[in-house]
Amino acid sequence: MTDAALETVAATAVPVSVGRGGVARGRVRRTAMLVLAFVLLCGGWEFYKLVGSDDGSRILGARVLPRADDASMPHVFDIARRFARPEQSVPGSRSVARVVLTACWFTFRLALAGCVLGAVVGLLLAILMAQFRIAERGLLPYVVLSQTVPLVALAPLVVGWGGRLHIGGVAWQPWMSVSVIASYLAFFPVAVGALRGLQSPTEASLELMRSYAASWGQTLWRLRLPAAVPYLVPALRLAGASSVVGAIVAEISTGTRGGVGRLIIQYAQQATGDPAKVYTAIIGAAVLGLVVAGLVSLLDLALRAHQPRRVAAA
Amino acid sequence: MTVPAVEITGVSKVFGTGGSGDVHALDGIDLVVEAGQFVSLIGPSGCGKSTLLRLIADLLEPTTGDISVYGKPARAARRDQDYGIAFQAAGLLEWRTVVGNIELPLELHGISKRDRRARALELLELVGLPDFASHRPSQLSGGMQQRVAIARALAEKPPLLLMDEPFGALDEMTRERMQAELVRICTETQTTVVFVTHSIPEAVYLSDRVVVMSARPGRISRIVDVELGPRVEGTRESTAFFAKITEVRAGLRGGPRAGQVAVGEHPIGVVDSR
Repeated sequence: MTDAALETVAATAVPVSVGRGGVARGRVRRTAMLVLAFVLLCGGWEFYKLVGSDDGSRILGARVLPRADDASMPHVFDIARRFARPEQSVPGSRSVARVVLTACWFTFRLALAGCVLGAVVGLLLAILMAQFRIAERGLLPYVVLSQTVPLVALAPLVVGWGGRLHIGGVAWQPWMSVSVIASYLAFFPVAVGALRGLQSPTEASLELMRSYAASWGQTLWRLRLPAAVPYLVPALRLAGASSVVGAIVAEISTGTRGGVGRLIIQYAQQATGDPAKVYTAIIGAAVLGLVVAGLVSLLDLALRAHQPRRVAAA
Repeated sequence: MTVPAVEITGVSKVFGTGGSGDVHALDGIDLVVEAGQFVSLIGPSGCGKSTLLRLIADLLEPTTGDISVYGKPARAARRDQDYGIAFQAAGLLEWRTVVGNIELPLELHGISKRDRRARALELLELVGLPDFASHRPSQLSGGMQQRVAIARALAEKPPLLLMDEPFGALDEMTRERMQAELVRICTETQTTVVFVTHSIPEAVYLSDRVVVMSARPGRISRIVDVELGPRVEGTRESTAFFAKITEVRAGLRGGPRAGQVAVGEHPIGVVDSR
């Protein structure tokens, strides 16, 4: 007993306590770096406006740097102020902040639906490919190939097919097309990541499950899926970001109203008279991406409760 | 008379698809392991000792011949969980605690939560790790992980324990202590053991019988009966112990009965060089 206790002393106490302190310090540093990066970005923007030519810089007649005038690059504080002012100069118009927020919420729901759909499809494909070597050989090239088809080309197809679908008496809604297109981007990282994760258990672990006469489902649930979790988290982070991009592009290419994609186009058309406006929508889209990435991190924390603390990585 | 634990008749195993690249891993194996015996399989690399173990475990199928475990075909024995198995790599699931790992086979076979927890704690006591139930495998040393793997193999009280070089990756000190504990555990639990190793002292210390194998194709070249009585502190230093080591070594070098292994082809010393 004592020798057993001695054996662990070296293996446990020290690295774990050091690891925890390091994690907390790392989090503070990360937040500080994030704030610093934002300040630097705003400073760089204003600095360029200060030194840059209003007509941009030209080399041999081609403009290589953007114009620095207020119509092309509004001041940072003008953009910030634009959020608070009404969207249109008619009485009773809502503030830009509210319009952008509403649009982001709309796009967020479509992207989330797309991300969930993509993750489910990706995971099912990965399970299929992990189980059957022949499915992996047959499907994987097409999974990779699928990402070379431009989304914009796909949009009219999805809208066209969807328009003819009735699922359980419910007619196809335009927002469904947007989510399906978003899921088309989101499924890829999940399929590839989950496949690697499902194939990660060692031969010895698989033989062990076989020696227990474990069923296919038991092996999947108790061995392959838990082993895939460390591979799934980064894949889901990619899928989340992709689904936001996919939803915005899909809104634009299907002409769906109400989302931030449409708002960017609409505000861009008003850019000559109101240059700060389009940046509010762009900032909204960027924040949306960050929110989705944050949600995946929360999911990661929840999953990590069932995972060993990776001492070596801390 | 009682049914033998393992009965192997005329077994051969060929890896490959029937072309010229086929590997004849085992050829003409006949072996009977009586219930309650501790039998070691020893031989040079590539003699098929691990393959033979996997055939008994029904993780592989023999090309020809029959294997029965407690009178049943190997497949039925696997389905009925008549054996527990442990490999060289402990192979613990990193996301489960120590006690969770031992519970895994019980969980798969629908034992209630309370019963399997009680059984797992009992086994941790048996392998000398009662204070480590809620540790993660990564917090344990290699020797401790291997003890957990042995506890897991014993979880369903199997009458037969199959072990494939379970102490192969351990240092010499830990290894000797683990061997002594294994002997104690097997005596306490009355378990039959088939044990694959390439260490001569390990085989002699642990076993009632040592099955010496030769390579290409894998054959049984000699069976040495070890009659050393209960293993005590002085067993490793006794003259009888060294005599048996010499006998097994002679078998490995191709003694009177075996002609398959050329002299000096696989030099294996008394003290395992690892």
